[in-house]
Amino acid sequence: MYGSAGRPRNAAHYNTVMSRQVALACRAVVKRFGDVTAVDGLDLDVARGECFGLLGPNGAGKTTTIEMLEGLQAPDAGEVEVLGLRWADSADALRPRLGIQLQETQLAEKLSVAETLELFGSFYPSGPGVDGLLALVGLEAKRDAWVGKLSGGQKQRLSVACALAGEPEVLFLDEPTTGLDPQSRLQLWDVLQRFKARGGTLLLTTHYMDEAATLCDRIGIVDKGKLIALGTPAALVQGLGTAHVIEIDLDGDAPAPSVEALAPLAGVVDARVEGRTIALGSSAIHETVPAVLGVLAAARVPMRELRTHSASLEDVFVSLTGRHLRDE
Amino acid sequence: MSDPRPSTFLPALRQLTLSRMREFLREPEAVFWVFGFPVIMTLALGIAFRTRTEEPVRVAVDGGAGADAAAVRASLTAAGGFVLRDVPPPEIERALRDGLVQVVIVPGTPPTYRFDPARAESQVGRLAVDRALQRAAGRPDAFSPREDAVRAVGSRYIDWLVPGLLGMNIMGTGMWSTSFAIVTARTRKLLKRFAATPMPRGAYLLALVGSRLAFLVAEAVVLLGFAYVAFGVAVHGSLVALTVVCLLGALAFGGVALLVASRAKTIEGVSGLLNLVMLPMWVFSGVFFASSNFPEAMQPFVQALPLTALNDALRAVMNDGEALATLWRELAVMAGWGGVSFVAALKLFRWT
Repeated sequence: MYGSAGRPRNAAHYNTVMSRQVALACRAVVKRFGDVTAVDGLDLDVARGECFGLLGPNGAGKTTTIEMLEGLQAPDAGEVEVLGLRWADSADALRPRLGIQLQETQLAEKLSVAETLELFGSFYPSGPGVDGLLALVGLEAKRDAWVGKLSGGQKQRLSVACALAGEPEVLFLDEPTTGLDPQSRLQLWDVLQRFKARGGTLLLTTHYMDEAATLCDRIGIVDKGKLIALGTPAALVQGLGTAHVIEIDLDGDAPAPSVEALAPLAGVVDARVEGRTIALGSSAIHETVPAVLGVLAAARVPMRELRTHSASLEDVFVSLTGRHLRDE
Repeated sequence: MSDPRPSTFLPALRQLTLSRMREFLREPEAVFWVFGFPVIMTLALGIAFRTRTEEPVRVAVDGGAGADAAAVRASLTAAGGFVLRDVPPPEIERALRDGLVQVVIVPGTPPTYRFDPARAESQVGRLAVDRALQRAAGRPDAFSPREDAVRAVGSRYIDWLVPGLLGMNIMGTGMWSTSFAIVTARTRKLLKRFAATPMPRGAYLLALVGSRLAFLVAEAVVLLGFAYVAFGVAVHGSLVALTVVCLLGALAFGGVALLVASRAKTIEGVSGLLNLVMLPMWVFSGVFFASSNFPEAMQPFVQALPLTALNDALRAVMNDGEALATLWRELAVMAGWGGVSFVAALKLFRWT
């Protein structure tokens, strides 16, 4: 199941993390499904104690990447190492040290929360026990409730609790908060931050930018099976060179001003026109807004709405790929 | 891939078995099909095949109102033991086919008997009609035999049938419940989730088979208790021997169920496979009629089926009171099916 592969290439590339202890490593990993290359030569290092976020749209290869690290899929080429061990010869030694939450698992509906945790706990040599796990994820009140009766957020916290049943050194979470309401997301973030505070290594995939920015020490942006950007959330946003993004929806039928007309305006770092919407990246919002309003007034183009927000990881993704993260 | 670790194998086995039993007991429909259905079936079959007092032979006379027909009617009525059905001539063929009448008599010299030699009751009817008409025509009996009808408890058809039903039930509930549990867990990605933990994989499969054994005891007690109360079907052999035979049977079919479900991805797929696997045993393994009915050339195949072994062993213990030592061949066949299919299932099993 776990194919062997050649030696890592271009090791010098990883000098930045060589000095730290590496928890997870991918070297030139490739995974194909028929004609589709889901992961296309991906390199990745995650240090111990780090929280790393894999960010990208659906179908970018996030789940395939994380499942290769979890030993659930074998790469077609390249090399995967977890805690310095390889799946091919160390699966039995690795499993008890990892906590894994899968995106699509539906736990048995007619077992209670406590029964489910006791079941998962029995697979590991040691762990926090049912009461410890319930406290970790704040489900004490639901102890005897059937899994089928839990809300989406409670199910997700139970799922994370199952992953924590063996006191793992590394925790893998595949889109842990997708489909959850804001309050449930905050509760889950709290659980993960406590895991991190205890020194655990965390790898999570998400397509929520705010989640990645809040939880992750570093982020890798994945698109079409490749890592297209890597860094701390702040560094990635700074790399854009824009502190703010201004978006203007135009009204009426008058032609929108051209990108060429907008790009030279004061403070503008990046200009795009998408249909009836103008999007400007700006390093000095107080100079750019009056300038663009002047251009629109001169061309007699009416506005419907003007929005500004601080530049985010979403903007990083858009500037790298020209697409939005949530586009399917 | 993951060797059973001595430190977690038994706790995991215990928890997996408990979980499986809890899930089953919390599913009222499943409980009905496992416990209620066999009782209903035993009741229905017991009534259908109850020991009958001499039943009259159902006949129809073709050729309606003629004098010959009237003479035949009079002869049969005088002999007794016949029911004369009025069937309009166009429907006579259908009445014979549907079993409404066993024989049709076409009066004449000599008369013609229309009957279906493939049906035992039709053959019996023909003989009874012939005897009555020959006697009426003046043939004397050479002698008049003494009769000794078997009515003793333990040698009736129902006594023979109940062990077969128990065997069929051990097969059916074991196969359905085990394989459905697996495929459901697979479609819900629960198997994949388990495979991502250090759970000993053998423990998971063993727990599925093991949890069946607990229900089996209840299942057998319900069915045999009902058969005893309703029809007086008793166990002549030792209860220990009966228990051992039932457990081995359940292990055999548990193993086969694991194998059948080892790769199936959908409930529809596994249902088809189950029917394919069980159909030959319903037919050949002596549930409703003895497997010795099949030609000699087929016997090695018939005898190698796990349900044949289970049914033969159950009948030997229940009807003939035989000891386990004499049943080593049947027990070995069941153990072999269970062991080989368990190992094969562990190798082939699809966790993702």
